[in-house]
Amino acid sequence: MRTSSEAPVAEPQSPQKGIARSPGGNGQVAGGPAGAAVRIGGLGHGFGDLRVIRRLDLAVEPGEVLGVVGPSGCGKSTLLELIGGLREPDGGSIEVDGEGSPASRLGRCAYMPQRDLLLPWLAAIDNAALALRNRGASRAEARRHAHPLFERFGLAGFERSRPGELSGGMRQRVAFLRTLLAGKPVLLLDEPFASLDAITRAEMQEWLAAALAAESRTAILVTHDVEEALYLSDRVAVLSARPAQLVDELAAPSPRSLPRLAAVTAPEFTAARERALEALTKGMR
Amino acid sequence: MVRRARTIGVRRWLPPLAILCALLGAWELAARLDVLADALHIEPFLVPAPSDIAQSLWSDRSLLADNGWVTLKEVLFGFALSVAAGVGFAVALHLSPTLRRAVYPLLVASQTVPIVVVAPILVVWLGFGIGPKLAIIALICFFPITVNTLDGLGSVDPDLLKMMRTLDASRWQTLRRIEAPGALPYFFSGAKIAVAVAVIGAVFGEWAGSSSGLGHLIQAASAQLQTARTFAAVVVLSALAILLFALLAALERRVAWWGPNGTRA
Repeated sequence: MRTSSEAPVAEPQSPQKGIARSPGGNGQVAGGPAGAAVRIGGLGHGFGDLRVIRRLDLAVEPGEVLGVVGPSGCGKSTLLELIGGLREPDGGSIEVDGEGSPASRLGRCAYMPQRDLLLPWLAAIDNAALALRNRGASRAEARRHAHPLFERFGLAGFERSRPGELSGGMRQRVAFLRTLLAGKPVLLLDEPFASLDAITRAEMQEWLAAALAAESRTAILVTHDVEEALYLSDRVAVLSARPAQLVDELAAPSPRSLPRLAAVTAPEFTAARERALEALTKGMR
Repeated sequence: MVRRARTIGVRRWLPPLAILCALLGAWELAARLDVLADALHIEPFLVPAPSDIAQSLWSDRSLLADNGWVTLKEVLFGFALSVAAGVGFAVALHLSPTLRRAVYPLLVASQTVPIVVVAPILVVWLGFGIGPKLAIIALICFFPITVNTLDGLGSVDPDLLKMMRTLDASRWQTLRRIEAPGALPYFFSGAKIAVAVAVIGAVFGEWAGSSSGLGHLIQAASAQLQTARTFAAVVVLSALAILLFALLAALERRVAWWGPNGTRA
């Protein structure tokens, strides 16, 4: 897909200011579903002779954000596919909201791939409303549902823009809205900021922190960036190199409650980061 | 803004046009001086100069127009048939991998049968009407459309397909909303090739058995050693092919505007 080489795209107001808290006290998004619990027991998976996941036990509470960190190629993306019902595991069990069948998992999880993969022939708002169209809504109806989210997440005025006219950060935001509008209780985010430059990534992390804080959904965020996981998640699971096993699990200090700069420079954060990096290194041996 | 666009257009066409004029000029000179005829040891009138061809284009214009219209009809209907068959095959083979494994090699094999052999057989089966011409055009033209469209349908990022499943898309919805639009630029690549070749297919069909059309005119004129008229008919055929190609390219720019040949990303 071609990116636009036209005149500079105007960035909307600063990401954090862009998130409006809906009335509801603790920032719950009106209309968003409540999160579902995810239970993974003894999970194992391989492709032919290649064992990708050895034995994994994880539990995610409803509304919690779990960060999954691990070296490249360790099976993090496969883990998301397995949870989301896109693939069946060789061994072990996965339950989302108490249901174990792949169809029910598929119906409860929304998957956000690494690259935005917005359709270049659709406007931003039509891209975001894709799930609604699939469920039978008319284009006008779907747009009406999606419109308030654009305002709330700092994309006001860009509803009719084509993906080629948007910057990388904005495209990721539209992709995230697309994931949200699927209305599923579990969000599976596969390295959402891997394709962005460092500065945009920092901005987007703040944006996503505010977005997740306003949501009551469960989210499982896969990333190779330890800081990102610690800043955005409630808990972080560190996986070893392939075949993936759980090396360590730690609670994130003050997740999403501080602006990014304050959060990542706090001493508890530094301690947690060191612990996570240690676990990561141990898992790579 | 308009002036600038026009200047750019002129500057784009100037080099090939200049080369073409130079070649025509050299040809005209050579024909006038009987250079080519002497070299080939044949009568001068058998090697027409561009000016002779131009004159035939004018004096035979009603003949060329009538036959041109016959060939154009064959090309248009045959092309429409090949689009239907080409896209039909592509979608079927894309949706069923087993069908693809079974049928694709046969489709490739179908292209190896020489058209010169097939054409007369089709005339025997389908008669002297437009039937065999349509069959021949469809036979040679469906293939580039199928190959390109099939590639296009398979070009969708697998992550996108995974995501669509979690967005509650049925197989049909994924095909309609994601794969089909994604395949459109590829389809046009195949269609442009097909439309250029369709004209040749029409000529083969007419040579196998016809009483009208530009192919038939070429046959008749060259048999009567009317070389200028023969060349004139060829010029009209080329013009037809170029025109159809340009129309498809223009359509592509509008319809598949996000693709590599589109107006904007």
